[in-house]
Amino acid sequence: MGIRFILMVNKQGQTRLAQYYEWLTLEERRALEGEIVRKCLARNEQQCSFVEHRNYKIVYRRYASLFFLVGVDNDENELAILEFIHLLVETMDRHFGNVCELDIMFHLEKAHFMLEEMVMNGSIVETSKANILSPIQLMDKAS
Amino acid sequence: MSGPSLMDSLFQRTLEDLIKGLRQQLIGEQAFISKALEEIRKEIKSTDLSTKSTALLKLCYLSNLHFHDMSFAAFHALEVLSSPRFSHKKIAYHAISLSFHDSTPVLLLITNHLRKDLTSTNEFEVSLSLQCLSRIANVDLARDLTPEVFTLLSSNKLYVRKRAVAVVLRVFEKYPDSVRVCFKRLVENLENYDPQILSAVVGVFSELACKDPRSYLPLAPEFYKILVDSKSNWISIKVLKIFAKLAPLEPRLANRVVEPICYLMRKTGAKSLLFECVRTVVTSFSEYESAVRLAVGKIREFMVDEDPNLKYLGLHALSIVASKHLWVVSENKEVVIKSLSDPDPNIKIESLRLVMAMVSEHNVAEISKVLVNYALKSDPLFCNEILGSILSTCSRNVYEIIVDFDWYVSLLGEMSRIPHCQMGEEIENQLVDIGLRVKDVRLELVRVARDLLIDPALLGNSFLHRVLSAAAWVSGEYVEFSRNPLELMEALLQPRTSLLPPSIMAIYIQSAFKVLVFCLHTCFVRGGSTAGVSASASYESFDDLSVENGAGSTVAHGQTCTSAPITNESIVNLLKLVELALSPLLGSHDVEVQERARNLLGFVDLIKLEALNSSGQEENDSEQKGVEATKIIRMVHDAFSKELGPVSLSAQGKVPVPDGLTLNENLGDLETICSDIELPSSNTFSFGYPSEEKDVSSFSNLQIKEDSGQSNESTSLLAEHRKRHGLYYLPSGKSEVISNDYPPANDPALQGDNNDTASDLVKLTAESLVPKRKPNHSKPRPVVVKLDEADEKPVAVKHPESRDDSLSGAVLDILFGSEDILPTSSRSNLPSSNRKGKEKQHMITQVESKENVVGDGNSSSRRRKDHSHGKERRHRKKNAEERNETDRKEKESSSNHPRRQKSRQRAEEPLKVPPQTSVIPDFLL
Repeated sequence: MGIRFILMVNKQGQTRLAQYYEWLTLEERRALEGEIVRKCLARNEQQCSFVEHRNYKIVYRRYASLFFLVGVDNDENELAILEFIHLLVETMDRHFGNVCELDIMFHLEKAHFMLEEMVMNGSIVETSKANILSPIQLMDKAS
Repeated sequence: MSGPSLMDSLFQRTLEDLIKGLRQQLIGEQAFISKALEEIRKEIKSTDLSTKSTALLKLCYLSNLHFHDMSFAAFHALEVLSSPRFSHKKIAYHAISLSFHDSTPVLLLITNHLRKDLTSTNEFEVSLSLQCLSRIANVDLARDLTPEVFTLLSSNKLYVRKRAVAVVLRVFEKYPDSVRVCFKRLVENLENYDPQILSAVVGVFSELACKDPRSYLPLAPEFYKILVDSKSNWISIKVLKIFAKLAPLEPRLANRVVEPICYLMRKTGAKSLLFECVRTVVTSFSEYESAVRLAVGKIREFMVDEDPNLKYLGLHALSIVASKHLWVVSENKEVVIKSLSDPDPNIKIESLRLVMAMVSEHNVAEISKVLVNYALKSDPLFCNEILGSILSTCSRNVYEIIVDFDWYVSLLGEMSRIPHCQMGEEIENQLVDIGLRVKDVRLELVRVARDLLIDPALLGNSFLHRVLSAAAWVSGEYVEFSRNPLELMEALLQPRTSLLPPSIMAIYIQSAFKVLVFCLHTCFVRGGSTAGVSASASYESFDDLSVENGAGSTVAHGQTCTSAPITNESIVNLLKLVELALSPLLGSHDVEVQERARNLLGFVDLIKLEALNSSGQEENDSEQKGVEATKIIRMVHDAFSKELGPVSLSAQGKVPVPDGLTLNENLGDLETICSDIELPSSNTFSFGYPSEEKDVSSFSNLQIKEDSGQSNESTSLLAEHRKRHGLYYLPSGKSEVISNDYPPANDPALQGDNNDTASDLVKLTAESLVPKRKPNHSKPRPVVVKLDEADEKPVAVKHPESRDDSLSGAVLDILFGSEDILPTSSRSNLPSSNRKGKEKQHMITQVESKENVVGDGNSSSRRRKDHSHGKERRHRKKNAEERNETDRKEKESSSNHPRRQKSRQRAEEPLKVPPQTSVIPDFLL
């Protein structure tokens, strides 16, 4: 499993989206997110985007007020994950139009759905924006 | 349950309302949430599916972002799942993938829902259920839904097929037998040219190959084709990951693949792909000189890049190279050292690792000096990171790289004075360890310890207390090397020691005891025996003493010791000091401190009379008493002067078992005899209290040794026992002597070094353990006492988990062209297995026929062999098979069972795979 979890956290450290590809109890999740937020949010722009944590790595990137954090196995390609984060943001941008924290808050389920289109079982399965968005658009039309 | 009221659903808060409400709560968020949860609990019981699904959606939100338990809604989620409306289903699947796990009780009920949706004509429903399956599949679900997944693997809707491919990974993992059904189709998808499918399928194989690369070697040609043809960086990266695993297993494959990888590395513009090429080369193709050179060039570009990400990755890649090509690190030394002062702590740590990789016995001193300077300047975290890596590097393999121990010991002292130092415990261990192992360094060690002890400022730093405890112990144990024991005594008893924790306080007192005994011994016994109590006697140089007392530790330091005079007067002062400092401790709350203080004061009481008397001139009386006191001092001194050595963990094992001794004898009746004896803990066996004979010495850890002055019942009983059965005890306390009888495991080293060390070591201990010396150093490396296994970690060969084995076994079966397939349902004990059995059998025959074509002669011969192994397994399985009797009759085929046994058999011996050469296609040969 390449990707273990994907988190979106705002500047204040509040989780805005959490997607785990392995089961963690609520308590484990709370502890994990707390540790990660403490570690990553303290870092500045001049520092690199990779943080070692427990037995895996966190690759993160900040967009405006939102941090995108992806936990990956140690042999995962860090730069590819950064590209993945960027792709995710671009996809959301295309759908919501200049995506912001509120969009994700109010459309959490949709954001999850997009992630599910892109990642399955911890590995990236789809990297084309059009392919990711077409089912969502269809569903939007239907409802 | 109250019926669905219109009011309920009309006035139900939507998720949006909930979020808006939450955003308005600045302080009472928790109260708001618990109110919302209460509503949800009510709403979710509604029979109206819209109300229910909205409640579920809200619950998901609260669970995902506010950590609220949603397991109570598991059954409700299933109810929503059965809704015919797609929007409800979507919410239900969302909730299920977020909250279900292996031990969710209603997991059993979901199978049919999933099956229904997997066979739906709506591709989005299929996709949702596949997605869900990839999250929650357990053994049962994977087994029961394998047929559906199998069908979807060749679906003509790309959207569905892609997901089916991705879900296969989870199904394989949970239920390895599904490989027999699905693997062929999975491989077929490798030949698909659609990038969507290809990316999914390559992703699956890269995960599979991670766990057990060997099984996938036969697929190398397909991967090769993808590597050469691929236009997508994502796919290339995944394929590279596969080759990184496969190449080390098959040199011909590596030969073939290294060229395209280098081509890719030169050509590509994408940093991610470039980095993957670099990493692949440095991990798996490190013997291809030109490829490594190319990769190192790229690494250097990364390292000097402005972007901290690339810099970090460059350093990271360099540390992978370092293990095989150290020259690469030395070539890039400047960049690495410069990165030590990078603003990013992660980059600093990475470069620190590299710097430590460069350390060798020639440069350890310079590098440590540079690093200690860095440590002084850095923040506490990185400072301790540096100190920690210096300590661990230098102590690696019993101080392998240290030649000049005097330098190292003073470095330890210097390190503990660094303001942020928090490595007290490690420094403590090393100080004591070096004291025990390296005799030549003790003089310097005592000097360093004195400097630490005498500084009152250090006592205030609680991180240093452990270091001080080592310093106290060292100066007590090796007091004969001290230049000025009186000064040491003052340091040990200074008022600020009250800042120490009791356990360390106790060590201080014990050391003070040793120092005191040493002083008294010097003054009275040595002096007394010659010219009565006179000041001149105490000018006796200490190294003489050490020669006599320290038996083995004969090191000539004649010129170094300019001892302070120990006069009668100073002894009197000393005793006064002890009384003054320790009497308050008699009331200490800590038993250890209290007891040791009492011991020491008791001893002082014994001696004081004598000391005071002898200063007076009452010759006749004191003569008698003096003899007595001298005797006591001598005895206690002897007790302390015995050398402590490191003890090998395996020392006991080397004692040959004498004839006639049955170790397995039942010792039950022994208990009745010594029921009142409390046996000392396993690693401490001590016998004998101090006596004049040297060879009855204690072979024990520190504490017991130190306390050996006080005999108690158990030790005397043990001594008694030893006297009677001396034969079964270790012959002596000194590790050197042990080595005499039982050659240490690292004998080769001993032999290797014998030549150049022989002459001057003879007078130390002829059989000293592993005298390691490098003749070409200006200053010879001192002897480091090494014990065999005690210092080596047993190398446990970790075998891959059985689950993976069964998976790879299955994969191999398929790849090597087996003819028949284990019916997936034969194991199932569910009542419905009959029905399922039929439909599966149908499907299986399909696959079978296909595989018959591919099957080679190889398998039949292998199967014959496996028949013999099968017997006991068959026997064991009898019960299970009886249960499946009906099931079996239905599709009875004698070949089923050997097949299954074969896969088991293989699973246990993963390496007994038939030679790959026969399978790897021609182009590699």
